Amino acid sequence: MTDRRIWAGWTALLFAGVLLGGAFAGMLFEVLRSGGSTGGFDFYLARITGFTLWQAVLSTLVSVVPGLIVARALHRQESFPGRSLLLGLFAVPLALPAIVAALGLLALLGREGLLAKPLNAVLGEPWPGIYGLSGILIAHAFFNMPLAARLFLGALETVPADQWRLARQLGFNARQTFRLVEWPPLRTSLPGVAGLVFMLCVTSFTIVLTLGGGPRATTLEVAIYQALRFDFDPARAALLTVVQLVLAGAAVALLGLLGADTDAEPNLSISARRFANGGRVQTALDALVILLALIFVGAPMVAVLWSGLQADLWRLVGENAVRRATGVSLALAAVSGLLAALLAWSLAAARHASRSRFSRALFGTGASFSLVVPPILIGAGWFMALRETGQVFTVAPVMVASVNALMAVPFALRVVRPAFDAAAARHDRLCLSLGLRGVNRLWLVDWPNLRRPLFTALAFGMALSLGDLGVIALFGSDALKTLPYLLFERMGSYRTADAAGLALLLGLLCLALMLAANRLGRDREPA
Amino acid sequence: MNAPGITLDQVGFAYRDTSFLFDHRFPTGKVTAVMGPSGAGKTTLLHLIAGFERPRSGRVLIGDTDVSAMPPDRRPVSMVFQENNLFAHLSVAQNVGLGLDPGLRLSTQQRTAVSAALDRVGLAGKKQRLPRELSGGERSRVALARAALRDRPVLLLDEPFAALGPALRQDMLTIIDAQRRERNLTVLFVTHQPEDAEAIADTVLFLEQKGNSLSGNAGDFFGPLGPPAFKAYIGMAHQKLNRPAPPPKPT
Repeated sequence: MTDRRIWAGWTALLFAGVLLGGAFAGMLFEVLRSGGSTGGFDFYLARITGFTLWQAVLSTLVSVVPGLIVARALHRQESFPGRSLLLGLFAVPLALPAIVAALGLLALLGREGLLAKPLNAVLGEPWPGIYGLSGILIAHAFFNMPLAARLFLGALETVPADQWRLARQLGFNARQTFRLVEWPPLRTSLPGVAGLVFMLCVTSFTIVLTLGGGPRATTLEVAIYQALRFDFDPARAALLTVVQLVLAGAAVALLGLLGADTDAEPNLSISARRFANGGRVQTALDALVILLALIFVGAPMVAVLWSGLQADLWRLVGENAVRRATGVSLALAAVSGLLAALLAWSLAAARHASRSRFSRALFGTGASFSLVVPPILIGAGWFMALRETGQVFTVAPVMVASVNALMAVPFALRVVRPAFDAAAARHDRLCLSLGLRGVNRLWLVDWPNLRRPLFTALAFGMALSLGDLGVIALFGSDALKTLPYLLFERMGSYRTADAAGLALLLGLLCLALMLAANRLGRDREPA
Repeated sequence: MNAPGITLDQVGFAYRDTSFLFDHRFPTGKVTAVMGPSGAGKTTLLHLIAGFERPRSGRVLIGDTDVSAMPPDRRPVSMVFQENNLFAHLSVAQNVGLGLDPGLRLSTQQRTAVSAALDRVGLAGKKQRLPRELSGGERSRVALARAALRDRPVLLLDEPFAALGPALRQDMLTIIDAQRRERNLTVLFVTHQPEDAEAIADTVLFLEQKGNSLSGNAGDFFGPLGPPAFKAYIGMAHQKLNRPAPPPKPT
């Protein structure tokens, strides 16, 4: 009886293994066949590798340092009027597809963006727009500064209230408070947060694809995509993939070394602990920091909304191509989300049922390697493997759905596993004594208890898949277009208004799903 | 030194949907045990005196001075919490030194004072240790050493020994009592342990659930004619502790 659960876990791992193994096989095959004629580690490759690292280092800096400052201001100003609004806003970039954010930034700071005119006036020369490194950095900061701020805020909230009281009793000034009370937890979490952001920026694809301008601002992942889709140079793609894998692997190893917690989900307690401190100057500075953060994170979203509403939304919605892409997107996302939820459930069950420490660890964390191997790499591997068969575009839907499902598993597992373990701890003995098992148990006990977390995982997986431009960029074709793919196409053909409208639709869709996931996840707690 | 007493003059305070009204006087140089069920406002009372909470109405007086609007570090008060009295990354000596200068720029004389304070609580050999290398009892003693060094006439203790065993608690009580006598401190301490209160308290303040309160001489409270409500509250714990364990039944 327990075996069935273990089998489910092995099936889930097998699925992941086949997906990864196939990708590796495809890559290896390509490397072997080209037999060293890949051009080697030439200047071009060195430059791309260098840029990949350089932009990631800079992105980490411009995300982590402001994130720290914002977290500190937010933590100190507990009763600031905009605080909960800002915290809510900070959660949005996590839900927003990268391509939507990129479009928002272009609508704001692009050559013809909303701010272009005032910037022209200020500069006295035409505003060049934010393509290239500057665009990449701003976009990465848009995504990762709020993430860093939330994580740092979580760290600050681990300081016991009594320590704050102590600090006030001993009469610490702002500097002493920072050095003695705030800095220690921040320093502890700093390597982990920086490592996580670095990791996300090294493997960032969509941002660089849409905002990086030309060969001077290209990362490995974008180069892989270009090699496969435009240059038809799989040998080079294989080499690039190897380099990127080494890089990502090194980043993860570094992350592990730094003792980082890759669970990017802080507990946002908005509980007022009420220790008003600092003088008027401090409060004014904090208010300024919070206001700037609000503008920085809010403005691109407003730009998406604004430029999206300028588009002829009715015509867009009525357009056949848009309708079909929306249908394809939703269908693939549904499959992907469902798969993610099922995989998470299987792994949670297998982990609970297994006795040995090894298999528990395997089922517990085995799926999180998908954080290491970016989707574009898996896609690239399979693309190479299938190239000769002529089946690349036939299996495209399968690839898109399954790779995205795998990407969502670590997050899904984090929702499903605690719920599963809690339910099992409560019901296992009772079920055993009543002889309740199999379908009966599933229907009467497990499903009612796990319904909510599973739906959360489903909604989350759907949102993730819906916004993805990684796998579909490789496998998309006239036969298979998702919304992000269509959006990217319209951007490429300078149909800016269309792109803006589609971005708005896509953004709202993902946001709705994320909200649903959050709502479902939260309501579970009081029970 | 003439340490001032404490007066809570019709002090109103509300948090979420609970409201409190405190109207108490604590005599100079005496130890008052603050007892009562959880949620009765024991910690809130201490926080109002220390300045971590501001009263919604009424006044908090220390001696003749109205301290209601005074920030915590300006009040003549030291408070020892249940835990988290120490900064984990600073040594014992540094933690105590913060009581003299939050910037830790100590003169030779001040360093000597830190040492002496630690000697007096029996931590002579552990000045360079980090808090995590100390036992719970030792950590509480560091906090007491700092409080002694700050030399404020009012000492507030919020269940500082809840996590300690009986022998260690006895040690702490001895230290506190010695400090009180030496410097004529006004001491308030929150405790759930009747025997702690009985050991060093001069007076007892008993806060009940519904905002009622009783106060009086500790001897009377623990004597045969103590208030029934207080008896009922400590009854269970007291009986268990005083009655010898029943002999094991032969099976």
